[in-house]
Amino acid sequence: MKYETVIGLEVHVELATESKIFCSCSAKFGAEPNDHVCPACCGMPGMLPIVNKKVVDLGMTAGMMLNCDINRTTTFDKKSYYYPDLPCSYQTTQWFAPICVNGKVKINTSKGEKFIRIKQIHMEEDAGKLVHDDWTDTSLVDYNRTSVPLIEIVSQPDLSSAEEVLAYLERLRDLLRFAKVSDCRFEQGSMRCDVNLSIRPEGSDKLGVRTEMKNMNSLSAIERAIDYEVARHIDALENHTEELVQETRRWDDVKGKSYSMRTKETAGDYRYFPDPNIMPVVIDDCWFDSVKASLPEFPEVKKARYIDELGLSEYDADQLTQSRAFCDCFEAAYAECGMAKDCANWIISDCSKALNRRQETADMLKVNGRALGQLIKLVTEDKVGRANAKKILDAMFDGDIDPERYAEENGFIVSNDTGAIEAVVKAVVDADPKSVADFKGGKEKALMALFGKCMKELKGNCNPQVLREILIDCINKQ
Amino acid sequence: MKLYIDVKESSAAKKVAVDDMILTKDLTTTAGSKMLEGYKSLFAAEVVDKLEAAGYDISGKANVGELAIDLLGETSYFGAVETDGKLTNAASVAVKNGDVCGAVVFEVNGANARSAALSDLTFLKPTYGTVSRFGTIPAACSGETVSVMAKTAEDAHALLDTVVGYDSKDGTMHAEEKCALLKSGADFAPVKKVAVAKSLCDTADTTKIEAFKAFLAKEGIEAVEVDADILSSASAAWTALMCAELCNNVSRYDGVKYGYRTKNYKNIDELYTNSRTEAFGMLLKSAVLYGSDALSTGNYEKVYDKGLRVRRVISEYFASLFADYDAVLMPVSSKGEYTMADIEADRYISFKENRYTAPAMITGLPFVVTGGVQLVGNAFSENALLDLAAKFEKEGK
Repeated sequence: MKYETVIGLEVHVELATESKIFCSCSAKFGAEPNDHVCPACCGMPGMLPIVNKKVVDLGMTAGMMLNCDINRTTTFDKKSYYYPDLPCSYQTTQWFAPICVNGKVKINTSKGEKFIRIKQIHMEEDAGKLVHDDWTDTSLVDYNRTSVPLIEIVSQPDLSSAEEVLAYLERLRDLLRFAKVSDCRFEQGSMRCDVNLSIRPEGSDKLGVRTEMKNMNSLSAIERAIDYEVARHIDALENHTEELVQETRRWDDVKGKSYSMRTKETAGDYRYFPDPNIMPVVIDDCWFDSVKASLPEFPEVKKARYIDELGLSEYDADQLTQSRAFCDCFEAAYAECGMAKDCANWIISDCSKALNRRQETADMLKVNGRALGQLIKLVTEDKVGRANAKKILDAMFDGDIDPERYAEENGFIVSNDTGAIEAVVKAVVDADPKSVADFKGGKEKALMALFGKCMKELKGNCNPQVLREILIDCINKQ
Repeated sequence: MKLYIDVKESSAAKKVAVDDMILTKDLTTTAGSKMLEGYKSLFAAEVVDKLEAAGYDISGKANVGELAIDLLGETSYFGAVETDGKLTNAASVAVKNGDVCGAVVFEVNGANARSAALSDLTFLKPTYGTVSRFGTIPAACSGETVSVMAKTAEDAHALLDTVVGYDSKDGTMHAEEKCALLKSGADFAPVKKVAVAKSLCDTADTTKIEAFKAFLAKEGIEAVEVDADILSSASAAWTALMCAELCNNVSRYDGVKYGYRTKNYKNIDELYTNSRTEAFGMLLKSAVLYGSDALSTGNYEKVYDKGLRVRRVISEYFASLFADYDAVLMPVSSKGEYTMADIEADRYISFKENRYTAPAMITGLPFVVTGGVQLVGNAFSENALLDLAAKFEKEGK
């Protein structure tokens, strides 16, 4: 029998806010355990939750990027369950009126285009992290992550293969990164995904037994987990190896298997009710419009514009629109210098190389685009040599500088004093009669050697064309 | 019997007691529970900071019933407060015997109002959201309110002036200009017409109600009896909301991070279970069970959500009354005195006797207790309520 797979995803995304959702603790990743905590996110009595407005901004932004309707009155609710990483034994989330509903996302796979419907997006607080120490048989709890703001994006069961799941997740990641909602890093847990999966005979309209899988820490792990789970379901149906039950399963990527989580951890009644300490959040037109106005162009719209209006190649436009930071830098640089192709080259080639040297990703590009535009102007106007311009770019990675002033201060300005250039060239030519003779004897390479020596003496501050002419002129006079 | 959970030597002229639901930094805060025996908060309540900034010295933490949901403080782990065999809560005893010029207390289920009425003190529960709840032990967050108790309406108002005001640390607060309506000297319309809630008077000793009506008549203030049947639903609704919210709020006490931890455990489940079993009293456990059930799948619509609907209906009823009347007169308790025998006869007596205080607790409306009666006013009408109470205290007694 042929089967089809039905998959719905719950994707958790940590929001890119400075502080936590209900208190002013830092939400940054990577601090020493329990450095980012206060009485509120440790669950001590007496603290009251104050909603971080930026969380609502980003929740709305995510909804708009994913074509959702925004609930103009949205409420926070309490969800009760006992787990040691949850200091109050309840999580504040959204149950009755989530911020976004009814969205859709277009994905492209080998089978073509498809829309995946989004059921809802809700805002909530993250739980802490348990660190298990097998050696001493103890568990330690780190509350740094407690109350870090999340959105959970719940899809409809519209996905039917691992390929579609990956395409959907990559699309979500691109859009949310583009809108600066989150850095969406699987490896740091800022993007996490639970897979709800069932299979049914092809063409059937009845859903099979559904299992939920957790603990996949990378896109490839998700792919492996889905393939494993589909095979397990089919095996169970065809060979009656086991009876499928609705349950939550934990994926073990090392062993390549999913395991049933104890029912004790999964069974339960969350006893949701509206949080009396948080008034309903009312999003008025002014707030809604300001978030709407801050949305970026979608990456593909930008790409088309770069090609059609700015004359970039398909390749360049594609490279730039991989990263919002690239686009922002490019657009600012272009606005300054008006040379689209040069701006693209500097970012795609020079900036990328510098990022690689620093082991940073494209999203971490912090170069001031306007300054980059000024630098490009200096180069095209022959005020700064290309080698020196790269040194200036390096300095721009370290801080906000004015390229022209930096060039002046560091002696990077190209000299137009032909008398001085002639003097240097003459000295070099006089000191190397062998190269002169070689060149005159037909060895083109000898000219390059002399040219390099001159450029070095001039510290790169010379228009190569001018230097070349003076050099040939000088040799010919010998 | 323990009047104070913790005390501080003080020779200050303006001494005040705060009850043990309100967090202090240098004094312990227990909420009347073994679970928090010896607990010292890392921070003080906003009202504590306000009192101290105004020159009040907090000389003691008045004992309270466990999480302040009982009748008259009798469920405190540290012992009930009895005077000649009669129950009254610790804050009212401290005010009555002149230890302090007043008490700032956390009203959850009417224990303070009841005790003030039985002790012939003045008590005012302000409009929900006009006094910061930052730094109060959460029990029933949707209605509980920091309140004041004193010997006279003037003294109560002086304390209210100190604690009232917007606080950005409490997300349920009204704006400062609304809070300022409660302060002495703000403009207000005096009470001219009073509704008397018949349904509640019918079940109570009305001697003091009659005395107050006589005072109203003398003052030329019209008192009109209204059926007010719907107000009888407030008790069941508030009890459901209170227990559900309480269940959720006390779930943080697990014996791990702070508070009582059992010595009797072999694994984490036993640690949780036994710490709670050993540290919580019977009334609190009953409330937690009832509250958990009220929120459970299948019961949420029938119980908790129904409670929310009743809250709205009662609010609408009060709004309709305030179209014609300036205040609603009602009893505070069914009897003039209570003893431990009453508690032993009915462990859940506080979930029934709260029929008089629940209408204002569930709607967030302000009420004043004076001369053993209760006047519920419209939101922000504290000035009018305290003005009438002051007149009664001068002329009516």
